[in-house]
Amino acid sequence: MVWGVLQFPGSCDERDALNACRLAGGEARLIWHDDDDLGGVDAVVVPGGFSYGDYLRAGSIARFSPAMEAVARFAADGGPVIGICNGFQVLCESGLLPGALLPNDSTRFTCHQGELVVGEAESPWTSALEPGHVLSVPVKHQSGRFFAPPDVLEEIVSGGQVAFRYSPGSNPNGSLDDIAGIVNREGNVLGLMPHPEHAVDPLTGSEDGLAIFRGVIGAGVG
Amino acid sequence: MARHRELGLTDREYELICDRMSREPNGVELAMFSLLWSEHCGYKHSRKLLSTLPTEGPRVVMGPGENAGAVDVGNGYSVAFKVESHNHPSAVEPFQGAATGVGGILRDVIALGARPIAMLDSLRFGPPEDERTRYLVDGVVRGIGHYGNSMGIPTVGGEIEFAAPYAQNPLVNAMCVGLAKTDEMVRAAASGPGNLVVLVGSLTGRDGIGGASVLASAELGEGDDAKRPTVQIGDPFEESKVLECCQELLAEGLLVSLQDLGAAGLTSSAGEMASAGRVGIEIDVGQVPLREAGMEPFEVMVSESQERMLAIVEPDQVDRVREVCEKWQTGFAVVGRVTDSGKFTVVADGEAVGEMVVEDLVDGCPAYDLEPAEPTEWPYSNHPTLDPETDPEEVLLALLASPTIASKQWAFEQYDSIVGSRTVVRPGPADAAVLSIPEAGTAIAVAIDGSGRRVACEPWSGTVGTVLECAANLASVGAEPLGVTNCLNFGNPEKPTIAWQLTRSVEGLGDACRALGVPVVGGNVSLYNETPSGPIYPTPVVGMVGEVPDPNRVASRPWEEGDQVALVGPFDPSLAGSELASLTGSLGPGLPDPDLEGSIAAIEVVREAVRSGSVRTAHDVSDGGIAVALAELAINAGLGCDVDLGSLIARTDCSPEDALFGECPGGFILAGEHPVLEQLGGKGVPVEMLGPVAGDELQVTAGERTVVLGLARLREAWESLPAAVEA
Repeated sequence: MVWGVLQFPGSCDERDALNACRLAGGEARLIWHDDDDLGGVDAVVVPGGFSYGDYLRAGSIARFSPAMEAVARFAADGGPVIGICNGFQVLCESGLLPGALLPNDSTRFTCHQGELVVGEAESPWTSALEPGHVLSVPVKHQSGRFFAPPDVLEEIVSGGQVAFRYSPGSNPNGSLDDIAGIVNREGNVLGLMPHPEHAVDPLTGSEDGLAIFRGVIGAGVG
Repeated sequence: MARHRELGLTDREYELICDRMSREPNGVELAMFSLLWSEHCGYKHSRKLLSTLPTEGPRVVMGPGENAGAVDVGNGYSVAFKVESHNHPSAVEPFQGAATGVGGILRDVIALGARPIAMLDSLRFGPPEDERTRYLVDGVVRGIGHYGNSMGIPTVGGEIEFAAPYAQNPLVNAMCVGLAKTDEMVRAAASGPGNLVVLVGSLTGRDGIGGASVLASAELGEGDDAKRPTVQIGDPFEESKVLECCQELLAEGLLVSLQDLGAAGLTSSAGEMASAGRVGIEIDVGQVPLREAGMEPFEVMVSESQERMLAIVEPDQVDRVREVCEKWQTGFAVVGRVTDSGKFTVVADGEAVGEMVVEDLVDGCPAYDLEPAEPTEWPYSNHPTLDPETDPEEVLLALLASPTIASKQWAFEQYDSIVGSRTVVRPGPADAAVLSIPEAGTAIAVAIDGSGRRVACEPWSGTVGTVLECAANLASVGAEPLGVTNCLNFGNPEKPTIAWQLTRSVEGLGDACRALGVPVVGGNVSLYNETPSGPIYPTPVVGMVGEVPDPNRVASRPWEEGDQVALVGPFDPSLAGSELASLTGSLGPGLPDPDLEGSIAAIEVVREAVRSGSVRTAHDVSDGGIAVALAELAINAGLGCDVDLGSLIARTDCSPEDALFGECPGGFILAGEHPVLEQLGGKGVPVEMLGPVAGDELQVTAGERTVVLGLARLREAWESLPAAVEA
């Protein structure tokens, strides 16, 4: 199993993602934003941070990077891709996932240990998890309010594309339908705002996030 | 007015400059002298005092004089750290002032070749009833979050206090902690005549011109909005590229030395590099990439544009340095060279437009003797908000709701505290943050503390108490202090009262650090924190880094049903200088002398108990006294206790009010199994068994006084800060 973690100027959580991938199992390496070749990796992580500073709109510049063009091809071929926080924003901006992430309704950055309820989506990323299972995973972002127009939201929900919801009463940002993470129709691309790569060691709070990374390995990827 | 006076130099200082140069300085030279001879850069009123601090120890890798201090944490790794103020810029423009304060201290640590792994902040504001205070709080917290979060550096702790003397002059002190391989760290000294001076990072613009002298070294007054152009604008994205670029340059061994650009820009950065290396340096302003056309040479030399670093590079490495900068899409320019002239030469259009002896410019600033005099009356006003006759339950609720004591979770949640995967203990109920350092097979604890209120009452005792509290915070998570950094926030040192506060406070800092056996490895001084309504409370802020051998044993668990609660240490409480005295408007001069030796003995006993893993929770007694400490533990655990302070009253002969709400260094609340706590009594420090953890009420008996309050009411009061500051 070889993991590739994208690195943009302004990425913040790429080393944490490398660490999580290695703990889950396998080899992990960084992929520079300017590289249009993913080097034969088996799964891709688009990590958190503020790619290119995100002064315009979160993820809006990163989508144009050569590495993201390669990720789009990789995803179209069925390769597993996870976008975490800024990575989720980038995947939405790239059109690999529906919807958009708007500024939190508080207008403030929020960082806290959150509770995620596993949704009904079928995906290699959630293959090790039962719907309704609750994970303890950190939430930290400024623009995490999931939004989609009513018809698109209806399609996401009824199409079984919701991968994670914030537990009842804990929606931290005003996301529609408490949505914290979704997959594409095919299920191979997952985007989520909370940070499973920061939940891989009980010493630093929780190891519930490992199940997401291990799900891909268990699904027979690589 | 004469130009030199406008730039903050006295007539005598100007004469001294003329004397050294054997002529009058031209405009470029005068601008450069005025900045390096300002209080902010020249430490002219504090240098003599600072030289009395203990700076040596077996673990010290870098001490004062470098960009930051550093201590050895084993296995070839060092931890670098420093605290710095950005008070006046934050008073003028809170968001950018705080953001660039974070950016500036990050660069100090980056300049050592360390990767920043944590930030802490110590903040002071006026009472939040004031609309401008709420604006400042909001802007400062957002600014800190904006810069640290965007850089991917976790903000793991800090403190915020509120008191009237800070209303017009808030304090924003930021501390950065970084990790480096000891043998890859770099110093700031330029060397090797013929080597090139390379500017890395942002363009140079007109922002922040004269910031050091105009803002940082003079009192704030009316019309300060007009100073807004002297505040810089932060760009954390640029800084994150500069950080990664510098890490790569150093890993490849491409740099001779490295220095950040902060106050006084190129002037101080190049000047200090030349001074440290005892060489000359030549800067060609025409080679500096500019943000706007038509900048004068002096503007280029003193600009405080952010996100810039200065490197000394051997000529045959310069192409590779350029490639690394291009990879990270950050600025690169060869702007000068190292010479053997001993002079700082500024060149424009092929001609020297300024030439000064480095030693005169950088080290020639006179150091002044202070003229301290103890004030004959209390120099601060009192603002009572609580009737002294209030019953103790209402007093406890008022203390918990006091913005200084109330939970700061509102602020901490706006900071990314976990990026980097090191944060074992996050900001919140624990007294110190704990960061794992698996590279070195160890962990560290970090804490930052200040108590302006108590230092105002008695500068020596108050400062000793500040150092003891910081060490107690570390002990609560099992950490032993390795090094201290400090930021001395005071008023105008040319006034005798302030000079007395500063002198006594630095004596206290030195005495406490010597008693603890911990060196002061760096720091910063912020003077002239005064407005027309008076000086701030004298506020020495102490940052400490300690060693935690086992991050699994940090006593950060909530107490549990069946635990016993004990008071450990020579705690001898008094309402003098307490938060309650502040609320009742009865603050005044004088504090009881702290029991320095006894407090340190208690710190050692608690540290060992925590390290043994036998104690579930440890918390030092601080603002608001025992009642507040117990309430915080009960709220955190969601579980009450039933305790009696009778044995404390019997031992110290204090009043019930003193026992409940009195303060002083040297007290810890511990919870755990009864026999474990009782055994601590055999180690030479007082231990009072107070009672069991139980139920959903806090029940405290102190003589004829009793406090019985449900957890919900305690929590409501303690979590009232968002309502107070967001209104």
